[in-house]
Amino acid sequence: MVRVLKLELRGITKRFGTLLANDHIDVVVEPGQIHCLLGENGAGKSTLMNVLYGLYEPSEGEILLDDKPVSFRGPGDAMAAGIGMVHQHFMLVPVFTVAENVALGAEPTKAAGFLNLDETRRRIKDISDQYGFDVDPDALVEDLPVGVQQRVEIIKALVRNAKVLILDEPTAVLTPQETDELLDIMRQLKSAGTSIVFISHKLREVKEVSDTITVIRRGKVVGTAEPSAPTTELASMMVGRAVSLNLDKAPAKPQEKTFEVRGLTVVAPNGQHVVDGLSFDIARGEILAIAGVQGNGQTELTEAILGLQERVSGSVTLDGKELLGRPVKEVLKAGVGFVPEDRKVDGLVGTFSVAENLVLDLYDKPPFAKGISMSPAKILENAKARIGEFDVRTPSAAAAAGTLSGGNQQKVVMARELSRPLRLFIASQPTRGVDVGSIEFLHRRIVAERDQGTPVMIISTELDEVMELADRIAVLYKGRLVGIVPAGTSRDTLGLMMAGIPPEEHAHTSQAGQRPASTPDAEGDDHV
Amino acid sequence: MSTTVSSPRPGTPRHAGAPDNPAAMSAKPVSWKTPVLLAAFALIALVFFGFLAPNRNASFGISTGEDFFQLPALDINAFAGGIVLSALLVGLAAYSIYLKTKGRPAPGWLTVTFIVLFVAAFLIWVVGGARTPSISLAGLIAGSVTLAVPLVFGSLSGVLCERVGVVNIAIEGQLLGGAFTAAIVASMTQNPFIGLLAAAVAGALVSMVLALFSIKYLVNQIIVGVVLNVLVSGVTGFLFSTVMQEDSDRYNSPPGLDAIEIPVLSSIPIIGPILFRQTLVGYLMYIAVLVVWVGLFKTRWGLRVRAVGEHPQAADTLGINVNATRFWNVTLGGAVAGIGGSFFTLVAIDSFTKEISGGRGFIALAALIFGRWNPIGAFFAALLFGFADNLQSIVTIIGTPVPSQFMAMLPYLVTVLAVAGLVGKSRGPAASGIPYVKG
Repeated sequence: MVRVLKLELRGITKRFGTLLANDHIDVVVEPGQIHCLLGENGAGKSTLMNVLYGLYEPSEGEILLDDKPVSFRGPGDAMAAGIGMVHQHFMLVPVFTVAENVALGAEPTKAAGFLNLDETRRRIKDISDQYGFDVDPDALVEDLPVGVQQRVEIIKALVRNAKVLILDEPTAVLTPQETDELLDIMRQLKSAGTSIVFISHKLREVKEVSDTITVIRRGKVVGTAEPSAPTTELASMMVGRAVSLNLDKAPAKPQEKTFEVRGLTVVAPNGQHVVDGLSFDIARGEILAIAGVQGNGQTELTEAILGLQERVSGSVTLDGKELLGRPVKEVLKAGVGFVPEDRKVDGLVGTFSVAENLVLDLYDKPPFAKGISMSPAKILENAKARIGEFDVRTPSAAAAAGTLSGGNQQKVVMARELSRPLRLFIASQPTRGVDVGSIEFLHRRIVAERDQGTPVMIISTELDEVMELADRIAVLYKGRLVGIVPAGTSRDTLGLMMAGIPPEEHAHTSQAGQRPASTPDAEGDDHV
Repeated sequence: MSTTVSSPRPGTPRHAGAPDNPAAMSAKPVSWKTPVLLAAFALIALVFFGFLAPNRNASFGISTGEDFFQLPALDINAFAGGIVLSALLVGLAAYSIYLKTKGRPAPGWLTVTFIVLFVAAFLIWVVGGARTPSISLAGLIAGSVTLAVPLVFGSLSGVLCERVGVVNIAIEGQLLGGAFTAAIVASMTQNPFIGLLAAAVAGALVSMVLALFSIKYLVNQIIVGVVLNVLVSGVTGFLFSTVMQEDSDRYNSPPGLDAIEIPVLSSIPIIGPILFRQTLVGYLMYIAVLVVWVGLFKTRWGLRVRAVGEHPQAADTLGINVNATRFWNVTLGGAVAGIGGSFFTLVAIDSFTKEISGGRGFIALAALIFGRWNPIGAFFAALLFGFADNLQSIVTIIGTPVPSQFMAMLPYLVTVLAVAGLVGKSRGPAASGIPYVKG
């Protein structure tokens, strides 16, 4: 009764204009296998899967199912052939219920096109029971946590009898514990006969769950590997050269505490306290990393410090001076360097040249300006120096910043912010969407800034990055501080903290395997 | 916002971002807006409709001559009635303030009751102070429904377009196009039913231009809509002066649609004339509201339409053709508005004049928002605007202490108050106005 599918991609090529996103890619997914596509952001993994799912038409090459060539004119064809996909950004209608989302596109109907959602509810319940999903068919999707939304996506595929399930960067939005649960679900699906194509750039997960690994770099298959292969080997295949994964940083030598946050609260327009009574401080020569799942107040925290948020209360002092309530320009003048979380929106002006972007905050001061006129020669001189120093790969200083790769754009932002004397350095998601090679470089620069005696605050949703950079780790959950723990705290503990459980409650949960009796929110501040 | 995830599996920590966090709930304060607004209106009612009301009777006729039994007219002393009603209004406002201090929002019934009582108090005050202090309640309501007909069709057209993700500013143009075509076709064929059909086709054609430019060529939907309104107004105005006025017997004297009375039922007081003494267009209105509502929320078609309007990419990944769905829905919306337009020339007046739709397409747009993108909501919103429209003309006729210019403002005042969010924040389809490009 179990239909198994062998999936083969043969010579798949996809061009967007002159850009070659996929270059003659061959992949064979054997039935009942977890096949990992490993590659950096922008390597062409998602493009390949969108071709397989019928969203893009391949420029060349063919798709074979059980050795028979097929062509998909749209996702409908792919689904009919037994292929299901969970996209990186969920394809769920937020204002629909779970049942409506699952039914959409393949609705069971009564006479005259009337919906029969009872049928869908029954299917959801069957699948939930089988895999222990625990999803309420009548819940509105927008009210569900991301982890549950992801299960709804998986149910969507299973209801359509998917035999090959594509998971596109499924762990990007999950806490470590949710990630572990997802890996369990993947193993269950595999044992039930579903093949899985698992797209990721996170080596640990890939090694843990895959049967076979295909490594993709710049749109080409650069090789296959066994999950038992050493991490460094996989990383260098992915990047194309040897990378050192461990940042050998000297222990921090914290000096006096010059940056203090007391009772910082930010109220969102809807009245919710998105940052709720935060208090912490950072010493000179120390990196404090703020960990947490995306959307737990990180954005608002950094924006509040910079002066970009309204309705802020509490106090933020740098070198004894209050920063709250002052305009952004004055905050910057006080010596705050800031790398925003989305470089394309807040960090750069894409249509401006690299040189101009490098002086966005200094354009009106000497030596770059004299009175009302700017000095292009000085700006260019500065650009050349920074480009050399930060190894920015750009055709020229006059190239538009928007045309650079993500890693090089981030280097431009970082170069600008680090090129003046700082009293505080804040970097939000400093390496999001950046290639592994550049990550190493950017991390070293951050540590170098620390060693010059600057207090550094890093906000990251990537636990690996937090553990690598931090001298102390603060975990945010729903705008509150769950606790501040020393570097070297275990991944499990941090994971539970990211789910809102303070450190001393972990003993109960990890041993007895039961969920904590109380909600963690109330005690959040006690561990500061 | 109740908890929607049932209890987690044993061993599962609470999910991050779960919406059932009590701290987050209590942190969300209830707005002062509604209680303050209610209190302000209650005070206005108390002063003007209560203390300043004339001490004489206002008479409200309930039955019409055609009803099969007669109810006596309702005579209310304007002063006493005003005091009683405004006292009730003050009570309701006080209750909403009490709820607010307890951290609870005012329930929906409270606001609705408040509005109904306020309107009643206003009516008693206005009629009581008029030269002839007597109006027919039945006539007032039946007239409201009649005036609301094009608004209902227009806002249904808006619902059909916006639910699928296309903003339809061209409702005005579709109404006008429908009115013009109905007039000329019905005149030439001497058949109002063919005129009605032609109106639907004309509305659909206007819509197709909107659909083509906004969906295929990704032109800004607001701009296309505005341009279409100007275009239709120009073309019909030109043809009116050059063709229709030259030979108005031949081109501009459409036979009207007669009211179809359903025996017995049409003689029920108040309800009869509203529901069972309508023209074909009127009956079509009721049918269209129900059909669109059932279609949108109970059928496969509706689920897909709403998905396309909320999250087109999700619909696309499930094999739904987003742009085709949009195109045909917008076309259908145009046909609905076209039928609404035929009301002007086949029911209300037996000829076409320039700009006969008179901005009602924009009021329909307001009704759509006030009705929260829901066919039934839009119907009642349109009814409210129709009521305001009818009230001002009746009240002007009976002669009131209020200058007629102010009364003429009434429908628009209601529109502004409604759209400014008197009844809470409304949220339209997420992808409305955003063209869909694959990839």
